[in-house]
Amino acid sequence: MDLTWSPEEEAFRQEAREWLAANVPANPLPSGDTREGFAAHLEWERALFEARWSVVSWPEAYGGRDASLWQWLVFEDEYHRAGAPARVTQNGIFLLAPTVFAFGTQEQQRRILPRMAAAQDLWAQGWSEPGAGSDLAGIRSRAVRDEGAGGWRLTGQKTWTTRGAFCTHLFGLFRTDPEAERHRGLTYFLVPLDAPGVTVRGFERLDGDEGFAEVFLDDVLVSDGDVLGGVGEGWRVAMATTGSERGLTLRSPGRFLHTADRLLDLARAKGPGARRDRDRVVQSWIEAQAYELFTLEQVTSIVEGRQVGAESSLNKLFWSQLDIALHETAAELLGPEAEVDGSWSRGFLFSLAGPIYAGTNEIQRNIVAERLLGLPRR
Amino acid sequence: MRFAVAEHDAALAEAAGEVLTKQAGAEQIRAGWPGGRTEGVDAVWRTLAGVGVTGALVPENADGVGLGLDENALAPLMEAFGRSGLPVPAAETVAVGAPLLAAAGAPQLPSVLRGSALLTVSLAPDAPVPFAARADLIAVPRGDELRLYSRDEVETEPVDSVDGSRRLARVHAPAGGGLLLAEGPAELAVAYRRGVLATAALLVGLGERMLELTVAHVRERHQFGVPVGSFQAVKHALADVELAVRFARPAVLAAGWAQAAGDPETAVRTSMAKVLASEAARKAARTAIQCHGAMGYTTEYDLHLYAKRAWALAGDWGGPAEHREFIARRLGLGLAGASGIVSEGTGT
Ligand SMILES: Cc1cc2nc3c(=O)[nH]c(=O)nc-3n(C[C@H](O)[C@H](O)[C@H](O)COP(=O)(O)OP(=O)(O)OC[C@H]3O[C@@H](n4cnc5c(N)ncnc54)[C@H](O)[C@@H]3O)c2cc1C
Repeated sequence: MDLTWSPEEEAFRQEAREWLAANVPANPLPSGDTREGFAAHLEWERALFEARWSVVSWPEAYGGRDASLWQWLVFEDEYHRAGAPARVTQNGIFLLAPTVFAFGTQEQQRRILPRMAAAQDLWAQGWSEPGAGSDLAGIRSRAVRDEGAGGWRLTGQKTWTTRGAFCTHLFGLFRTDPEAERHRGLTYFLVPLDAPGVTVRGFERLDGDEGFAEVFLDDVLVSDGDVLGGVGEGWRVAMATTGSERGLTLRSPGRFLHTADRLLDLARAKGPGARRDRDRVVQSWIEAQAYELFTLEQVTSIVEGRQVGAESSLNKLFWSQLDIALHETAAELLGPEAEVDGSWSRGFLFSLAGPIYAGTNEIQRNIVAERLLGLPRR
Repeated sequence: MRFAVAEHDAALAEAAGEVLTKQAGAEQIRAGWPGGRTEGVDAVWRTLAGVGVTGALVPENADGVGLGLDENALAPLMEAFGRSGLPVPAAETVAVGAPLLAAAGAPQLPSVLRGSALLTVSLAPDAPVPFAARADLIAVPRGDELRLYSRDEVETEPVDSVDGSRRLARVHAPAGGGLLLAEGPAELAVAYRRGVLATAALLVGLGERMLELTVAHVRERHQFGVPVGSFQAVKHALADVELAVRFARPAVLAAGWAQAAGDPETAVRTSMAKVLASEAARKAARTAIQCHGAMGYTTEYDLHLYAKRAWALAGDWGGPAEHREFIARRLGLGLAGASGIVSEGTGT
């Protein structure tokens, strides 16, 4: 065991810290799930890219720094500690990019990744459909081959698409073989949202932000170059990288450590308080530390070449419950102030989404029980 | 940064684990209960001593029998003990007592290291001392000191307990006498933290074991024509246990590292580990019993042996509430002036 950072990692931390201290916007930006806030966030993300902090773990050729997973963790820690804005490009960077690295052709990698890193193309995730949420393989949106046009014609509807109304592109699964077994006939497509036949309708989330969108596709033509990872391979390709969504790359510990520190500040400002409240504060703080330690163990595993697989469901369960605990505890301390619009109330509303998106916690518990514990399916 | 048990730290745990898997089952735990024949338990303990377990934290130069490992090796070793449920004062001897005897130059050290003299330690004033009803050597606090007595130097008063294999007794030590093992808050705090760490690791091992027993059971037990483990309510309950145990484990390993490395956050890390491990093992015990149905509520079936140990250890060496309160104070949230054994000593 060695839980100390190397001089290189410390130097990396120092460099990130200094840059962030000098550049993080002094006043919090409006929510990135509103049109106005999204624009403000993009400005920030472009500045991040200019300084090569937008995708630190990517190869330099695509705008990254070739940072190790450890350095990435360090960066994330500093990022949240500095109170830097949430990333509105995260669905592209954390969910699509790992798939493009793993399954994309060289042409696709060169076409997609640098523009993503620079926040020029903004990617939305188009998995869910009105009739297919948890049962993702039940999607009905389809893609039909058009030999004459040399491409595919997409028709159907996607929904709950995060920031879909503000993004420029969408990645998602479409049924290419209606005859094949549910999981088999799917293909992973990349779709420009300004293509003819695309209609996007934004709608409100629980917190009042207009961050969701429905995306209607009516005979939208995309090229063969927009197929990612092979026709009929969509399920396999998508599942190969869902671990990123559930696991630590979507939710690095920095975010929760930072919230836990804010909770301590709040509790200190309120004075000693009742033992029960103190207990809750401490328990939430402990769990944030535990999440960091778990990820350090996990990163060691990954760095040493072991597969994480279904374990990412443990991350997801833990961080989503932790986020709620942190915010509910804050609400308890705030008392009547808790309902006033601000970072705690907004964080609370968003924390409620954690057990739903990226696969609900019920689905994650099924995965833990069946794949990690070996309990029988039904 | 490397968050993984090093090979030389894992080696002893593996060796002990092999012995424990082969020789220490539920039968041995039952033997530890009052009226049981403990010869078998003592024999396993001596075998483990032969592998070097009792001297894990004893410096190599002490009698040439110590292994001279540090707290990094303690967590995996104690996990193996926890899994087995062997009714022996493992935390008390390996983590706390033996290294103190070595430092004090106690003549009893060799017999403790050989496993021929059973040693127990408690740092909680006035609380019943685990294994004191059958230990040969008993170390208990007197004021600011920890003193070692042979069993005929003290008065022991056996106490019935939920986990009968712990062989609790109240110990009345004479005002004078005994051998001084440690004194002052700082020294006691170091010993205390090792006990807490070892107990947390035992709890992780117990949690894992109860989960394993339960998974095996719910795969086999059929109701409504299917294994009960295929019911989602059962699956989800067990997934939550897995979650709790899997997140406690790194915290315990990290506390071990902190103690060995003299990390400034050692005290807090240690308390954290105990909170998480205690809660995880309690959850495991409760869920395991529930998922076993009435079978889990009998003493004929083995589960209760592990569950009772978990309840005992969750509260021993400071329960979650006490450790959380200590952390609260460290984080600047506590009430001034509150104190308890957890709070004593310096920061490291
Ligand atoms: C904030 C937020 C952002 C999102 N962003 C996106 C996005 O960008 N792109 C996208 O494609 N989707 C997005 N989603 C949608 C999300 O992926 C789905 O909501 C999620 O997969 C659950 O599907 P559902 O909403 O249809 O719920 P349902 O599948 O209808 O589930 C309803 C309830 O039934 C339970 N349930 C369902 N099946 C089972 C089962 N087998 N066992 C036990 N319980 C079950 C669920 O756990 C849930 O509690 C987002 C959702 C939220 C809340």
